[in-house]
Amino acid sequence: MSKTVKIALAGEGGQGVQSVAEIIAEAANEEGREALYIPNFGVEQRGGVSVAYLQIGDEPIGSPKFQTADIVVALSDRAVRRTKKYVGEETTFVYDTSIEGIEDDLPKNAARILAMPAIEVSKNELNPRVFNIIIMGAVIKATNVVSEDDAKAALEKKLGYKFEQNPSLRELNYNALSRGMELV
Amino acid sequence: MSTVPQMPKCWKVESKPHKFCPGCGHGLVLKALGEAIDELGIQEKAVFGADIGCSLLAWDFFDIDTVQTHHGRTTPVVTGVKRANPDTICIAYMGDGGGYAIGSQHLVNAAARNERITVILANNCNYAMTGGQMAPTTLPGMKTETSPYGRDVNEAGYPTQGPEMVAAITREGAYVARGTVSNLKQLKGYFKKALQNQMDGNGFSFVEALSTCPTNWRTNAKDTWAFLEKEMTQYFKVGEIKNPAAKEGESGE
Amino acid sequence: MTEKPIQEEKRAFLTGNEVVAWAALAAKADIMYGYPITPQNEIMHYWTRMAPKFGKRFLQTEDELSAGFTTLGGVLAGRKAFTATAGPGNTLMQEPMSMAEMMRIPSVVVVQQRGGPSTATVIYSQQEVTMTTFGGNGEGFRIVYSPSNHQELFDYTIKAFNTAWKYRFPTFVLGDGYQAKLRESLTLYDPEARGIELIEPEPFLGTEPVNGTKSYTNMRNTYNTEDELYDIIVRYGEEYKNIAPEVIEFQEFDCEDADVVIVSHGVVSRAAKGAVQELRSQGLKAGYFRPVTLRPFPADQLRAIADKTKTLLLVESSYGQMSKLVKEAIFGSTVALEYLLKPGVGVTSEELVAKVKQMI
Repeated sequence: MSKTVKIALAGEGGQGVQSVAEIIAEAANEEGREALYIPNFGVEQRGGVSVAYLQIGDEPIGSPKFQTADIVVALSDRAVRRTKKYVGEETTFVYDTSIEGIEDDLPKNAARILAMPAIEVSKNELNPRVFNIIIMGAVIKATNVVSEDDAKAALEKKLGYKFEQNPSLRELNYNALSRGMELV
Repeated sequence: MSTVPQMPKCWKVESKPHKFCPGCGHGLVLKALGEAIDELGIQEKAVFGADIGCSLLAWDFFDIDTVQTHHGRTTPVVTGVKRANPDTICIAYMGDGGGYAIGSQHLVNAAARNERITVILANNCNYAMTGGQMAPTTLPGMKTETSPYGRDVNEAGYPTQGPEMVAAITREGAYVARGTVSNLKQLKGYFKKALQNQMDGNGFSFVEALSTCPTNWRTNAKDTWAFLEKEMTQYFKVGEIKNPAAKEGESGE
Repeated sequence: MTEKPIQEEKRAFLTGNEVVAWAALAAKADIMYGYPITPQNEIMHYWTRMAPKFGKRFLQTEDELSAGFTTLGGVLAGRKAFTATAGPGNTLMQEPMSMAEMMRIPSVVVVQQRGGPSTATVIYSQQEVTMTTFGGNGEGFRIVYSPSNHQELFDYTIKAFNTAWKYRFPTFVLGDGYQAKLRESLTLYDPEARGIELIEPEPFLGTEPVNGTKSYTNMRNTYNTEDELYDIIVRYGEEYKNIAPEVIEFQEFDCEDADVVIVSHGVVSRAAKGAVQELRSQGLKAGYFRPVTLRPFPADQLRAIADKTKTLLLVESSYGQMSKLVKEAIFGSTVALEYLLKPGVGVTSEELVAKVKQMI
């Protein structure tokens, strides 16, 4: 039995962190593992920092939110500031290289801090639409919570109807996943 | 020769004589309603909801399935019954406080949703059960326990025109009328049309009945009747306001 | 005859609100009356999507007063009706539920607690315990289940319908915003396929004539004299006391030799469970007690533990609402009480472990 992996994903509304967390959680569930995903939500329907809390393990998950994550992924300056409280001595903190003005806000106590050019890769190599799938690749690589194949199967389940209409989207998403895995 | 006055068949004999004060209009409203129910032959299918206020005293008035609810909440209770069992014929019975004040949101929304229920509201210009306070329907200048110097329209506004409001927010299919206990034949006719409108599945039906409260009005029989017929009808016009069954030009006053 | 909503047992990965809608379908609920309030909304969203396929209905009312009273109307008409609410909506819901309490109208309300008082947050809390157990101008003749995970949310929502119709006390499933919104796995099943008999509702009003004769029902909640009311409430109180032993549910483990027993309910008990396991693995004598029913409260069971252990640690996402129930339950005990009270905020295993270590 492995320890439950705790993941916090944070970004601006529209960056797709909630769907990334949901797809990973569903992939883990499909593997027969225990998964729990809870979004943060408040009175605003839009705007504000969006945080997804995700836990995956082999035993029933305890409290839905947690104090310290194994991996924190922050995709905007506000997300960096919002999520550094989830960082502990064993936490990997991942942020996007394009975020400016956060040098002083990066957590000092993390086990590892990783800058990842996901925004740049999505713009220059792939398509900004698959930015969150790059993040998903990075998360599954960094945590090993689900295999690449199961992640693909979950993508197929979630986006299959779009892939049917436009098969090139499938390749684009799979490439984004692989590219994300290479970034960590 | 029998000395017992003739009662509608659907009245519950065991609960008579009823508990309303001498001269109270509720008994008359419920007589007209009872006769309407008898004539339509719907005693077994009717569900009667009684509100709080003096209307609650009607909880065992009829041999009709009855539920006495909370102040203002009879409209949603019978709405719930009707939605769950559309074969029932649902009647919500309330006073002016229950319908126009504490339960006004329910009246407005049930009317707007065109619920297939019949709301009957007795208007006697005051909160009678609680001892004669000012109601939404208290007339300008009328003295009550909470308007001892008379209702000041600058402070308390004008009397609520219930049927006119319901007519304004309902569309085709709704039946709306105002009757009075001084014309029971007409009132019974309105009740029958209101119930028939529900039975035909047309939509919401609403009848306000101008009623009397000599106890809180502190009036004798003559003055009671004079207030009902002369004072109240100045503000509250008796007549049909909306009738889906009427031909063009027949509705209204 | 429409098909059963759940044909065979299946593992599903859902949000809690979705779970409630499935459970209501599985329990053969006929109609839902509801008014939008976060974090309960998706119960209505899922219900309105699924219900018509199974010949079931929905009415969106003008407020929670109406949602509660229309629900009671639906029950009086002989249907399994239910509603769901939260926070300020639960406040309004207390009025219809006090009528249900007085008139013994079976009713099921699912509450997804949000922050309070007032509008507060739409997110999460355990601050509706006092209101749900003892709300309204009543005596708390209610049954309140506090589930902790999606399987229980499913199980107890189904159970709530049977409990309500069996005992005719208003029955609440007291969830919370976390449970409403989180996704996790559970097994959906058809209760009848598992041998759970579902109680059939019967009409109070609008009954059919029997052998050509209709007997009429006149129901009221108003009484003329003090004596009339007294007799009724005393009788209700006796009945409630008598059924309590078969209604009460709780969980406990590792309490036998414990120095500290963590008492919590609902979603917080997940953290407590993890904390006790962690503390035990470190050789610390911690125990776990969780009331599953908050009304009636497992008082004797907790009292027995209070008499054996040194300290009860009361943990909840409110400023002491469950603690009040605990203190009443263990009245007279000399056990020490410690608290971890986090109104409107979740509790984690880590902080519980730290708290207990600091105590021992």
